[in-house]
Amino acid sequence: MISLSDIPTKSGFPLTPAMCVFLVAVASAPFWLEAVGLYSYLGIEVAIWILYAMGFNLLFGYAGLHSFGHGAYIGIGAYAFGLFQQNVAVSLWGGLLAAILAATLAGALVATFVAHRRGIYFALMTIAFGQVFWFCAIKLRWLTGGEDGLLGIPRPDMVLGPLRVSLQDNFSLYWFAAGVLGLAVLGMSRLVNAPFGRVLQAIRQNEMRARFAGYDVWRMKWLVFTLSAAIAGLAGGIFAMAQESAYPDIMSLHQSGTIVMMVLVGGGLVSFWGPVLGVLIYFVARDVIGGVTETWLLWFGLMFVVMVMLRPEGAAGLAHVIRSRLARPKAAAPAERSA
Amino acid sequence: MPLFEARNIQKRFGSRVVLENVSLAVEEGSVHGIMGPNGAGKTTCFHVLTGHHAPDGGTISFDGKDITGLKPHRIARLGISRSFQIMNLFDDTVAVENVILALPEFRVRALNLSRRVFEDRQLIDAALEVLAQVDLADHAWEKASALSYGQRRALEIAVALAARPRIVFLDEPTSGLGAEATRGLASLVKRLRQRYTIVMIEHDMRFLFALADRISVIHWGQVIAESTPDALMANKWVARSALGELA
Repeated sequence: MISLSDIPTKSGFPLTPAMCVFLVAVASAPFWLEAVGLYSYLGIEVAIWILYAMGFNLLFGYAGLHSFGHGAYIGIGAYAFGLFQQNVAVSLWGGLLAAILAATLAGALVATFVAHRRGIYFALMTIAFGQVFWFCAIKLRWLTGGEDGLLGIPRPDMVLGPLRVSLQDNFSLYWFAAGVLGLAVLGMSRLVNAPFGRVLQAIRQNEMRARFAGYDVWRMKWLVFTLSAAIAGLAGGIFAMAQESAYPDIMSLHQSGTIVMMVLVGGGLVSFWGPVLGVLIYFVARDVIGGVTETWLLWFGLMFVVMVMLRPEGAAGLAHVIRSRLARPKAAAPAERSA
Repeated sequence: MPLFEARNIQKRFGSRVVLENVSLAVEEGSVHGIMGPNGAGKTTCFHVLTGHHAPDGGTISFDGKDITGLKPHRIARLGISRSFQIMNLFDDTVAVENVILALPEFRVRALNLSRRVFEDRQLIDAALEVLAQVDLADHAWEKASALSYGQRRALEIAVALAARPRIVFLDEPTSGLGAEATRGLASLVKRLRQRYTIVMIEHDMRFLFALADRISVIHWGQVIAESTPDALMANKWVARSALGELA
């Protein structure tokens, strides 16, 4: 049985093979997406959701804190990005910064109330707070535009020193989203094996032991909640650009459940890459099964049920089982390491 | 002055008084045993002394400093370390990481976001050294959940020692161990006593009497006797109330 906390194998090269596969897939996506019958906007959507899901998994998988109200923070990011464009200045970096800041603040506020909880109480409180934000998005018409949301959010040009790149077409926005995702993945892959990440995992495994080892568990939980909200906010900012709007639906309980489902189906509980698989499976199901039948969610739901029953570690766990079956004949691998 | 001192500790859960009046003084460098029948309040006493529960009355001091009511992580950082009666390990990860997580030099970097833990030779060496103290060096890279019962007991102690504590609280270290493993543990405690002050709850009388300098007998939430093992043997009242049941 694998776990998120297995010791990473050493490699002299800073990129792991999984990371290389991921980077190549991300970098080449625009060249084959349409060839396989998909469309380039899908690439942006997938990149945003992977970013969101991986940030969410820091909280859900690594720290073992089961938040069911995480849609709030991607939504807050999207609204903050839109409000910044409409009220302050049309600026990409300013908007994204506003998105991150707003989601960080909201996350920090909620974390202050939920960080001393765990299990069902934590889950219920995150749902409650998620609903509060969703309700605010609908009711504060003067700020959020109510149920219609903010419309006509621009896609500002990307300005990098003397360089100015338009993000108007989906192709260039995809590159931008993929670039942000790539940087975030590099950062997160370091984080989870740095002291911060390992302590989070220790807290997941045994909160009491972590406390008696001298860790301020409350503070660590507060930090990871806030960090994961910040990443959701960043994803939300890009989402607002992709959709050219921000609306309450993204913050609904239903969407908060979707991200949990993605992470579980993909295997976020056992693998860093689980959320990536989960997001891909979800969007393939939506666009491929959805192309055949309107009831695609039914089939996706059934798949989820089967997955949880047969292979609760998700797609990443399944991949691991297949790999180790294939590898078994030649290596009755001793657990020894020459570290 | 004792290194660790608890005075008139009281603890209630609702209307149930678990600790009525417990006082304990532990001299630096000694092994202090705590014994008593099941339900006497021994583990609760440990929970209060190490900060898991705040006492309802009384004071606790360590090294001349009042630590009453401090949170567990604050108490741990002062150099007070403990093991648990019911095994409390980081089960998803290897033995060596269980120890690394408890090293003070690792703890102060808990907020570091970029340095890979398992590329830090020094940390790993420090952890391997602690594992060697409890004879687990050969199992350093096995998952905690895959270790045998006795090895998990030893790892419990290693995690407590990794904090480089000045005082170690061991909650029934022999619990569930066979005769041979218990002998091994006794020789381990003999080695450890040269470096640490130890407070230990123990049911195994032979084990405790051979190792402890002083023993407190707890019954009905009170210390009913406190003395050297030899003197306790001679105390008839104690023999009837606690030793008699257990010996």
